[in-house]
Amino acid sequence: MYEKDGRKYYIVDGHTHFWNASPENRNKYGEGFIACFYDYHRNLSPEEYVWPKEKYDRYTEEDMMHDLFEIGYVDKAIMQPTYLRDFFPGGFNTTEQDAEMAAKYPGKFIVNGSFEPRDGEKGLDDLRALHQQHGLKGVKLYTAEWHGASKGWKLNDYWSYRHLELCIELGIKNIHVHKGPTIWPLNRDAFDVHDVDHAASKFPELNFIVEHCGLPRLEDFCWIATQEPNVYGGLAVAIPFIHTRPKYFAKIIGELLYWIGEDRITFASDYALWQPKWLVERFVDFQIPEDMQDELGTISHEAKAKILGLNAAKLYDIDVPAELQLPESKEDVAIGSEPVSVA
Amino acid sequence: MTTEPEVLGALTGVRDPELDQDLVELGFVAGLDVDGTSVAVRLRLPTYYCAPNFAYLMAVDARTAVEALPGVEEVRVFLEDHFTSDEITDAVQRGKNFVEAFPDHADDELDELRTLFWRKAFTARQARLLDALLKGGRSAEDVEAMRLRELPHDADGERCRRLRRDLGLADDPDSPAFLLGDGAPLTASQLPRFLRYARLVATSLEGNAGLCRGLLRTRYDLTEEEVAA
Repeated sequence: MYEKDGRKYYIVDGHTHFWNASPENRNKYGEGFIACFYDYHRNLSPEEYVWPKEKYDRYTEEDMMHDLFEIGYVDKAIMQPTYLRDFFPGGFNTTEQDAEMAAKYPGKFIVNGSFEPRDGEKGLDDLRALHQQHGLKGVKLYTAEWHGASKGWKLNDYWSYRHLELCIELGIKNIHVHKGPTIWPLNRDAFDVHDVDHAASKFPELNFIVEHCGLPRLEDFCWIATQEPNVYGGLAVAIPFIHTRPKYFAKIIGELLYWIGEDRITFASDYALWQPKWLVERFVDFQIPEDMQDELGTISHEAKAKILGLNAAKLYDIDVPAELQLPESKEDVAIGSEPVSVA
Repeated sequence: MTTEPEVLGALTGVRDPELDQDLVELGFVAGLDVDGTSVAVRLRLPTYYCAPNFAYLMAVDARTAVEALPGVEEVRVFLEDHFTSDEITDAVQRGKNFVEAFPDHADDELDELRTLFWRKAFTARQARLLDALLKGGRSAEDVEAMRLRELPHDADGERCRRLRRDLGLADDPDSPAFLLGDGAPLTASQLPRFLRYARLVATSLEGNAGLCRGLLRTRYDLTEEEVAA
């Protein structure tokens, strides 16, 4: 819980990791991957939050508990697995690693799973088993993940649909989608989110939370999200710009509020890429600069409360203490509706 | 015989197709070796995992641009510190197309991808020009009536002219100054909604370019003078 100027905010960190990128657990691709993550971390964090590389490779359970819950104001953290076994033989951040940690700290974490559509029938069996063990409410999917000879997949592939159908059957309703730089086929734009559009239309009973709100394709994301009521934008990667490039962050959040509205945006630190403490503090203090308000409007305390935790709490059926809830109000309706065709 | 400044000049004509900015201003040219008629260009990118399709286009375009210089007989392009360094360096050296470079991972060439990003660039540039005109007191009706010859001759204006040619859109001086993506003239009544979306595209492109520059500086320990923010 975070409190400022007499207002209280319930905090759900929608995207956290407990990863192992230590030298013993990575090949040259894993080394490139964690180096790239580290550059994101160094480039966008305030200086006092930058870790040495060794700590970044493999931080401890204590680090994570401290950064999220002791100083980071987080009430509930959602752990999103990213297996990446082709880069990290023991797995970068598996459901099992997450669950082991979550079990030690009851009530703090929600453990999400994942599925691998390229494994076909076996993938379905694996998802059933994973769900049986962990009682999943959500999955995290990384469409750029390598798998043997494959360099990626799409959400509207045949086997993806089979897995999404199984999610519905099992009651796994939150589908976190993360785009990356590779895909099949490689000649297409890997960051394109149109496959999410197809899947979201086909499965209205599922929620699709697009991580990084589609960045680096904010425009494609807004375009589809405005038309699909079950598409959400996760703020991982976008929100740290609040420090290095606040005007750019103002544009992103202003556009998101316009196109999809305050009920479908969720906070995430992407820990350990960034830390929730400074993100929460800065976000609560944040306002769209005056000279941009004509175009982008402003952001209210209610919108901040929804984004920081209440929206994710709804998706994950989290009980929010009464004093941290907002008075019942009508859902915010986004202003942007059917966009004009320009592309 | 050619010189380093000439080669750099040629490389300013090569763009990152995703960001619509040139390789030199982005800091992607890591170094040059000019030896009489032979030129080696070393390219670097903001991350180890930058998308290989755009990386391939930049490497091939760099080779084409330098080869066109008088007095250049041999050009080699090396992509450094990237997960497809070997594939792309080899593909450029041997003149392989994209499918030949990535036979197991690609099912077509990159024309469609390039066109898609020309469209995004065109939309973003028009957004900036429109914003400047409206700020300067022009009305939506003025904008609708404007002809291409009246478009400013600044960087955005010139780039719009070039993109219209590349995209096969009307480019004679008496054609409308502003076009929708399908080539239809932008009307006064369409302007507010078009502009809202076009600004979003501009935000996306500018944001990505800023992030790429930042990551490149962090990755190679460069100063703001070497790569502007």
